[in-house]
Amino acid sequence: MTESVASNRRAFLQSSAAFSSLGLGGLAGCASMSGVPSKAKVVVVGGGYGGATAAKYVRLLSDYTIDVVLIEPQQAFVSCPMSNLVVSGVRQLDFLTIPYSGLSKNHGITVIKDFADSIDTIKKTVTLRSGSIIAYDKLVVSPGVDLMFDSVEGLKAANASGQILQAWKAGAETVALRQQLQAMPDGGVYAITIPEAPYRCPPGPYERACVVAGYFKSAKPRSKVLILDANPDVTSKGMLFKKVWAEQYQGIIEYRSQHKVTAVDAKAGLIKFDVQDDVRANVLNVLPPMRAGAIAVQAGLNDQANNRWCGVNFLTFESTAAKDVHMLGDSTQIAPGMPKSGHMANNHGKVAASAIVAQLSGWEVNPAPMLTNTCYSFVDHKNVVHVASVHAYIAAEKTFKIVTGSGGVSVGPTELEGVYALNWASNIWADTLA
Amino acid sequence: MKINVVLSAAAAFLCMVSNLQAQEKQALYVKSLAATCANCHGTNGKAVEGSNIVSIAGLDKVYLVAQMQAFKTGTRPATVMHQLSKGYSDAQIDALATYFTAQKK
Repeated sequence: MTESVASNRRAFLQSSAAFSSLGLGGLAGCASMSGVPSKAKVVVVGGGYGGATAAKYVRLLSDYTIDVVLIEPQQAFVSCPMSNLVVSGVRQLDFLTIPYSGLSKNHGITVIKDFADSIDTIKKTVTLRSGSIIAYDKLVVSPGVDLMFDSVEGLKAANASGQILQAWKAGAETVALRQQLQAMPDGGVYAITIPEAPYRCPPGPYERACVVAGYFKSAKPRSKVLILDANPDVTSKGMLFKKVWAEQYQGIIEYRSQHKVTAVDAKAGLIKFDVQDDVRANVLNVLPPMRAGAIAVQAGLNDQANNRWCGVNFLTFESTAAKDVHMLGDSTQIAPGMPKSGHMANNHGKVAASAIVAQLSGWEVNPAPMLTNTCYSFVDHKNVVHVASVHAYIAAEKTFKIVTGSGGVSVGPTELEGVYALNWASNIWADTLA
Repeated sequence: MKINVVLSAAAAFLCMVSNLQAQEKQALYVKSLAATCANCHGTNGKAVEGSNIVSIAGLDKVYLVAQMQAFKTGTRPATVMHQLSKGYSDAQIDALATYFTAQKK
């Protein structure tokens, strides 16, 4: 874009902002005592891969003319991708932890460390736990998933007491699961249960099983990994994982399909299933079914799949339940072949940001948005496999579909892909947060 | 007469503004397309320091198009780009190459 075009756009947006809000378009004029602005053109709820990317790209794509407020309760971003390397002891949690200061310093985003308690999609306001209310022209909601602990008998209490961990939202539980594995005696059993798809990060549980088995193989060779999957078969990279289990982890990893967890007994180390026999293990890692994050439910945005997920218009990622609200990432009802992954959420954020900038400029939105996904899985501490895809918006069907002939998986695990996986991480973290 | 001059000047101005807006809109679409590369190659094609995934910002346009075509046809081996390149049309590859060649290294 040439400088003259950019400055023309800047002038246009600034004047339209001034007209539309009677001079209240800028943040400076309406900051409350607490430093929380009472109004912003764009408010983003949730600073994960989706929300943080949307916040940054609204700023980038508008040539910094549209003000953005990001609301995120966590002090720093902690990546779920790569967190299995903390579980297996190859990395520490600080490797996955990135501050939000890049978004404020480099892009002028107002980052508010608070919890979005409620959204009023009619009044177009967000109420924070601190009591502050922020009005928006456009809202981005990227809350990720909530784990449905109540759907498994005994799990809520067992998780609260720290006995049975999920470690699916990276953070303190990731470290705690590592400690449980370290404390487990050689000859013990680590069991991971997988809910029915869709759930966050389809290959993640199988990757975790691999890297934990890798740790056992060198540190506790008599120990076992048990994968208890509610699905009829491995949900992602199935051929690749099964080959690794047979060749690298024979006698260590055992895979059992169609194991749907109904109850746990933390004291007895017991997992119960709807049909299959009970299973005993030393370390129980139970991933319950998942749904859109609580704020989406409060705002009534969870209009799909028995109110578990949020419907979107894929051209703009606008909610099918509320106007001027864009939903991103794992909380959305996915299109065919679209995984609930961090990479995909980052791409959702960019399509939404582009649509928001176009709409606030009075332009037609990009009629042909594209998405990519590249998802790497470690099978031990350095060898990696991937699955990749390119998705194009199909106007006639109002959905995204994988471009015919694109995408695919690795031939097999390699160290070279291990190098690329780590570089993918550092680049997507910067693209999302720096 | 005077009014006509003023009106035609105003019309010309509006036309210029709408042309500029059409250009800006198009630029937004190209930037949005280019953003699908940024996850791995960095925002605006500039990868983080020390990255083994290459920066594509500021590379020669002819070179960029040739690499994408080589990935597509399989003449340049890859771990993942042979699969991703096949998702983009020749026109999209041309637009991407034009965009990235204009970015600061």
